[in-house]
Amino acid sequence: MRSPEDRGLRESATFDRAAITAIQAAAATGVYDIRGWGAKRRVPHFDDLLFLGSSMSRYPLEGYRERCDTDVVLGDLHGAEPIHIKIPVTIAGMSFGALSAQAKEALGRGASKVGTATTTGDGGMTEEERGHSDKLIYQLLPSRYGMNPDHLRAADALEVVLGQGAKPGGGGMLLGQKISERVAEMRTLPAGIDQRSACRHPDWTGPDDLTIKINELREITDWTKPIFVKIGASRPYYDVKLAVAAGADVVVLDGMQGGTAATQEVFIEHVGIPILAALPQAVQALQELGMHRRVQLVASGGIRHGADVAKALAMGADAVSIGTAALIALGDNDPKYAEEYEKLGSAAGYYDDFQDGRDPAGITTQDPYLAARLDPVEAGDRLANYLRVLTLEAQTLARACGKSHLLNLEPEDMVSLTVEAAAMSRIPLAGTSWIPGAETRGAE
Amino acid sequence: MESLNDGTAEFDLAVRSVRELNAELHAPSVERYVVRHPRGAHAVAAGVNRPLQVRIDGDVGYYCAGMNQEGLITVDGSAGPGVAENMMSGVVRIRGNASQSAGATAHGGLLIIEGNASTRCGISLKGGDIVVGGEMGAMGAFMAQAGRIVVCGDAGDGLGDSIYEAQIYIRGSVGTLGADCVEKEMRAADRKSLQDLLVQAGMTSQAEDASYLDGFRRYGSARTLYHFTHDHAGSY
Repeated sequence: MRSPEDRGLRESATFDRAAITAIQAAAATGVYDIRGWGAKRRVPHFDDLLFLGSSMSRYPLEGYRERCDTDVVLGDLHGAEPIHIKIPVTIAGMSFGALSAQAKEALGRGASKVGTATTTGDGGMTEEERGHSDKLIYQLLPSRYGMNPDHLRAADALEVVLGQGAKPGGGGMLLGQKISERVAEMRTLPAGIDQRSACRHPDWTGPDDLTIKINELREITDWTKPIFVKIGASRPYYDVKLAVAAGADVVVLDGMQGGTAATQEVFIEHVGIPILAALPQAVQALQELGMHRRVQLVASGGIRHGADVAKALAMGADAVSIGTAALIALGDNDPKYAEEYEKLGSAAGYYDDFQDGRDPAGITTQDPYLAARLDPVEAGDRLANYLRVLTLEAQTLARACGKSHLLNLEPEDMVSLTVEAAAMSRIPLAGTSWIPGAETRGAE
Repeated sequence: MESLNDGTAEFDLAVRSVRELNAELHAPSVERYVVRHPRGAHAVAAGVNRPLQVRIDGDVGYYCAGMNQEGLITVDGSAGPGVAENMMSGVVRIRGNASQSAGATAHGGLLIIEGNASTRCGISLKGGDIVVGGEMGAMGAFMAQAGRIVVCGDAGDGLGDSIYEAQIYIRGSVGTLGADCVEKEMRAADRKSLQDLLVQAGMTSQAEDASYLDGFRRYGSARTLYHFTHDHAGSY
């Protein structure tokens, strides 16, 4: 049978198949779509930037011969014990609950093998995670599920989460099928209910309160832990300035492509801005405060390969963080489970029903049978391999730009491919010196 | 720091810093402390993690006794926002009033507010107990998951909004009930639980007064919002 295209049928660009399916599902169920992953729509991204490499006026470094260092220190501004990471890629916060215990352990194993840090998530700190993570960042979220001062003290850094790129302004969500007995106990909730996490912190509102809150966290931990503040990319120019004023050692900036375990589709696709647009605003804020490279900036949301890493650093980030890519490295969306994805109404490469708890790869699930499919040691090795590749790729590009450290990359090493990217990234359109809006740009 | 004859150390915040105080409380040289001149300072006695007795002689700012573990902390004054937030165990007593978010997310322990508690008292409570001698402001017990809140006076609007399994006992009037919060039958076990909390809070005579106990009504979750359905659109 000939395909619709072969028969000359025209698909609506506005009402495409995904839009039609969504309308049909809404009409049938009366419930909006909740899913995992991040924004799937095409948005201006690091793909829209290119490195120039070296030429007559720039000397490259010899690949495989000359050093290109990759280490980064996070959180040394206020006298805490900073985190030293060997590569500028950390693992983003993902909760036990959203992920299986095996997946959390694998993240810790993989990150530790290459000398970087992993991050807890909205559900407390598990033994598996602490035990297998050499460097662990403990999140303080609005829900405070499993929040324990002993864990604050056991962490290597604390991250106050104001939002995430997938849903700036939204709280968490964990549907009943993933609230196992252990998850329920850690979150002090009845097993099996649909759990709603708050979107605002329960004991502070606004930047002035945050200053006092950060001070309390420092007091509780005797000023030994660096304080990260994570924001979803919406108004980064102001949010970064306020976070720094509140005493953050590190700002984590998550673009709209950043993943989630469970959020409304409408929220994921329609709230927040791409990391490409957010990053320059954050860097500008830090530069105006004289804090660029003193308060470290960690960028996340859509990091896939070493080019994304290098471009984020060249734009002014000190490190990047990965979530979705880390899950894929563990085994998420593996074609070997193609048949099972089909049975779930999805396909390998498309699966995003992280909220559903039936992940064939055993990662976004609490089902003991499925979770047992993920070998934490093997999955950790895969993640470590992937992190090594990210680093090698970024080094390759940095050497081509003549840089002996990844942090020496700079905006001048790049050009934009599109007018939109040039306007957002503030990197000139290729072949020109044009940055749309540069002449009128003030405070964002 | 000055040692008093009874083995109590006196710590004067007029001449020393909160940082010095908390460092001492985290590695204590004695078991009892009196803190003078707190003058509304923030994070006073935050992060105590052993059974110290700490008496604070005056008003405190934000997050006094924050994340307390085992400490027996008394404020002879009023407390700012987030007193005993995320407390794990121990007892925190406020002789005066408490500002908003008192006992927020407390996982355990007992918070006693002898005066009034402001808005969002017991927000997201996770197993701790709170006894308010006076009145409690709006949005008390918002999203409270576990634990008990006793209010001897009135409670403001939006009581127990989106509450999970926490229990609320109110002796006075309730402004309005929040989403999914309902009045529940006061069973014998509930009455006993209430009585025990009043005793723990030092309100022994009231706990033994049957007519006083009769004045309380119990509130908790109707559990209608535990699973998402399309009927919920107007519930929040």
